[in-house]
Order: sequence, then C-alpha cells, then structure tokens
Amino acid sequence: MKEDPGYYEYWPYENRPKITWPNGAKVAFWVAPNIEFYELNPPDNPFRKPWPQPSPALPGYTSRDWGNRVGHSRQMQLLDKYGIRGSISLSTALCDHHPEIIELCKEREWEFFSHGIYNTRYTYGMTEAQEREMIKDSIETIYKHTGQKCAGYLAPALSHSDNTLDLFAEVGTELFGEEAGFYSCDLFHDDQPTPIRLREGKRFVSIPYSLEMNDTIAYLVQKITPRRYGKELKDNFDRLYLEGAESGTIMCIPTHNYQVSNAHRIKAYEEALEYITGHSDVWVTTGKEIAQYFLDNYYDSTLSDIKTKKERYGKLG
Amino acid sequence: MASLDDDYLQYPQRSYGMDHDRYKWTMLQNRKAVEWPQGKKIALWVQVGLQFFPLNQKGVPFKVPGGMTKPYPDLRHYSLRDYGNRVGIYRFFKAFDRYGIVPTFAMNTRLAERLPYLVGTLKERKNEIICHGYDMDSLHYGGQRYAKEETLVKNALDGLRNLTGQEISGWISPAKNESGNTPDILAANGIHYFCDWANDDMPYDFTTKNGNLIAMPLSTQLEDYFIINNNLHSAEDWADQVEDAIDFLLQESNTGGGRVLGLNIHPWVLGQPHRIQYLERVLEKLSGHPAVWSTDAGAIATAWKNQQ
Repeated sequence: MKEDPGYYEYWPYENRPKITWPNGAKVAFWVAPNIEFYELNPPDNPFRKPWPQPSPALPGYTSRDWGNRVGHSRQMQLLDKYGIRGSISLSTALCDHHPEIIELCKEREWEFFSHGIYNTRYTYGMTEAQEREMIKDSIETIYKHTGQKCAGYLAPALSHSDNTLDLFAEVGTELFGEEAGFYSCDLFHDDQPTPIRLREGKRFVSIPYSLEMNDTIAYLVQKITPRRYGKELKDNFDRLYLEGAESGTIMCIPTHNYQVSNAHRIKAYEEALEYITGHSDVWVTTGKEIAQYFLDNYYDSTLSDIKTKKERYGKLG
Repeated sequence: MASLDDDYLQYPQRSYGMDHDRYKWTMLQNRKAVEWPQGKKIALWVQVGLQFFPLNQKGVPFKVPGGMTKPYPDLRHYSLRDYGNRVGIYRFFKAFDRYGIVPTFAMNTRLAERLPYLVGTLKERKNEIICHGYDMDSLHYGGQRYAKEETLVKNALDGLRNLTGQEISGWISPAKNESGNTPDILAANGIHYFCDWANDDMPYDFTTKNGNLIAMPLSTQLEDYFIINNNLHSAEDWADQVEDAIDFLLQESNTGGGRVLGLNIHPWVLGQPHRIQYLERVLEKLSGHPAVWSTDAGAIATAWKNQQ
C-alpha cells in the first residue's frame, strides 16, 4: 500500500493557464446519470457486504429496481426538456437485463461509460488479471450494445485497486487505441481537469465528477431535504460560473434514477436544471466531450505549467 | 489482499429481464394507463402502522428499525412507541374524520391481542385492516426455516382475523423484510396483496408458487419514519415533500394515467403534538382536491386488477 496514489502533482488553484470552453463558455456542465443493476443474490465479497440484511434484501434491492422501472423515464424527460445529453455511468450488465433503457439513451445520443458489470460486484480482492477481464468485459459490452468506444470509467460502487486506472487505460488502448479509455471519474481532488500519470504514459485525464453534488451522497449520507439539494446545486453552479470567468470550470451532477426521480424530489432537481441551463455562458455537454476538448487544447499546456511550477518550487506536493 | 475465486466473474443471471422470476421487467412508461373511478387522477392510500415493539426484543437477524436500541430495559424507546397507540392514534382519527380521509390500518397481531379497546374502535370505524406481521420483532428473513415462518404467518393472520372479524387480504412485513419464501406463504394463506416490494409507483402482478399476489406501491422514501427519524428532517419538511410529490404525480397523470400516492405513517411519529399539524396540512390539501380519490389499499388493488 502507498501513502499517495501518485496520479497527479499538487497544482494550486490560482494562476493556472486560462481554460476557455467552446463559444467562450465559463462552465462545462454535465449530468451523469448512474444506470445501475444491483443483484438480488450477489456473491459474497470478503471486503464488502453487498446488503445489510440477508438476501433477499428487499429495502435496498427494491429501491434500485424502482429506479429502472419508474425513475429512468422521469429523469430522461427532464434532461430532454433542458437539452441535456446524459453521460451514463453504466452497470454494463444492464445492457442484457434492460435493453429498452439502453435503446432510449442511444436514440438521444447519450454517452455510455463503464461503471463495471454490476454494482454489487466489487473490485476488492480481484487479482490484476481478474480486474482486467472485468473491465474488458464492460468495455466490450458497451461497444456491442451501443457501438460506442468507452472513454470513461467510474469503478463499480467506487471500489478500486491500485491498478484500476492503469487497467482501464490499457484495456481501452488494447481494444480501440487512443479512442477509448482516456478519462476517469474516480478522483475528487479538483474543479478542473487534471492530467493523470499512468504506468504506460497514456494521455489520460481526470474529469471532475462531484461527489458533493451526487444525489445519493446528498440524500443517503448527508440526508438533506430535496429543496435543500436543489439550492445546493444552484449555489455550486453560481460559484463555478463566477470563477469560470477567470478559467473554465466544470460542474457535474451525478444522479441515480432511484434517488433524484422520486416524485417528492424531482421538482427541486428540475428547478436547478432550469436555473443552470438558463445561463448564457454554459457549455452543456458530456464527460467524454470535456475530456476530449481538454486533451486537444489544454493537456500539453497544463503539463508544461505543472512542470514549470514544480521546477520553481521543487516538489510541489 | 486475499484473492477472489474466478466464480466472482461469473454472472449466471445476466440475461433479459430480472435476476429472479418473481415478476416481469416492465417500465412504467410502457404500460397501459390506469383509470381510477370518476376520472380521479391520484388514488390516495394513507396507511397507518399500528405497531408493537416488544421490550424484550431479540433482534434476529437484525434490530428492527424503530425498535429498541439501548440495553434492556429500553424504556425510552418502548414507551415512546407506545405513545403512538395511546395518544397519537386518536389525533390521527380526528384528522382523518375532519378531512374525510379513508385510512388503511396495518396492525401487528400482538398489538391487537394487547389492546381490545383499540380493536373495538377500529371495528366501529370499519376501515380496512391489513396484517403487519405478529410484532415488530418477529422478522421474516433470508435463512429463516420455512416451517417456522409458515407458523409465524398463520398465527399472525388467524389471530388478526379472529380479533377484527375482517377478512384480512393485505400484508406488510415488519421492516418490509422478507425471506425468499414469504410471498409463497402469504399467497397460501389468503393474502391477495402485499406492500413489501417498494419497486414501483403502481401495482403489479407478483408470481408465487401458490398463485399471484398484487405488489402494492407503498413508498419507503416518503414515509414519516424515513424522512423524520432516519433523515432527521422536520415534520414541516415532510409536508413539503408530500406536497411536491402530489404536484408531480398530478402532472404525470395527465399523460401517464392514474397514479397512487402511498403515505405510510405512524402515530408515534406524526401523532406528536408538534407534528400533527403538518399531517393535517397535507390531508387538508388532499381532501379538497377534485382529482384525488381517498380510499383503502384493497380498493386500489381491486380497481387496478379489474383493468388488467
């Protein structure tokens, strides 16, 4: 085990080279619906118990199933209304279980990225070969069902190994070259993209996927009210929009159909989407498009800025 | 780190539909619209949990949410739950009557055995009573022996049927927890619908070895215990959330057909003097609404079934 994952340098949030998003936008705004499948009888994992009760664990299972049966359509209608294409964090087994949902998202040209096979299968305890096989299966499944070359990764249930980011980048390259496996949503250290150092040196970035704005964190961990959640989304946006005039920022709303689409919660979410998309200098986009734009326009200048500062101050962090 | 067996990467249920055979996979948006009587848009199902939490809780296989948490004797939690059945419930009755709301009572059989006065009141009111299991500490759970659970269900249903004189065709398990056999046992014992599978906003057919049950949509996320005791929101916040839900369901019903608003409430939570006004606020809004059909769970299940 390591003291520090070693993926990036300390890079202070001031005096960075200016990022300008397409059409002069200050904020790149993306919504990442997690579309997940939780198993009724998942196998045991010695490092994490899938459910608090013995199977069948109805409280957790039924809530997630609700998200697919009822919640998905509700959120999709809202995203349609405000012109937002979702960037889906996908339990890829859902392609087999619920192809209807995949078709609806394909029609809308939403992005699909990998969130493992099931959200009840954890990376903990996998050998490197097993994790590689799991990741490969997920990328191949996305390609087979959607034709998309998977660009991003969010580890299933945020369960990681020391190899996770490397394996995702390498399997992406093995299958589709530079067109796949080039961004991660697993790191929460910044409000702008960060070049990530990997063992094979691939051009790879971390794209902010905010845990703080994540509906499940808000509702299950912080246990806030829906109206408070709506207010926090707007507050988060206001500050990132203000700072984005200096250098482009990223706002992400990670959602779960089983949380945000509940009848008593969706109104607050809609108000926030209406507010955010009602601003002029917002680039409403997807995770992959942000990552690609950054790689094409700012990746090299960012690396060079980090290098210069590192040379000036010695080790930055 | 210990490694996992390669079986961990095998997915035997990875195919179309659910990972079990209890019900069909369907999306609500793709189903035929349901119409409620007199063109109503929302079927309002107010379900009151009448619960007995034993002081000598065994907590097998887990401590029931809302149950005893302190070393024996946990008088604090015992008596505060008891408050609901002595005081809070009479505030509920008044509120239902003032606003013309038809409630459904989900009762632990042990509570009915202990409180003949309350059973007498319920019989006079003639509202539907459904079985909430034997008591809050008699959980149904994976790994429970079939014969043991069968006896538990039979005792709970026989007892409640005898004491109330009602047919008792609805069921909700304590903590909405089940074993893999619970639906089969319920169907074999005269239950027509149950409220443990909170995975839809509308009723649906649920397969058992002994004929179909109707799974009824009773939201956990909107219940008073979840919002007030689990999420630590105020009763006023609960009322705000219910009102937001009403507005949304009314809007969705314009294109999607009739909807169900299931409010699972407890007299030991909302029956407190500082909270009851928020239940009244919600009931007032609902009772005055021309699109709301206030009725019991059995009537909603029947109206739905007749359109399938």
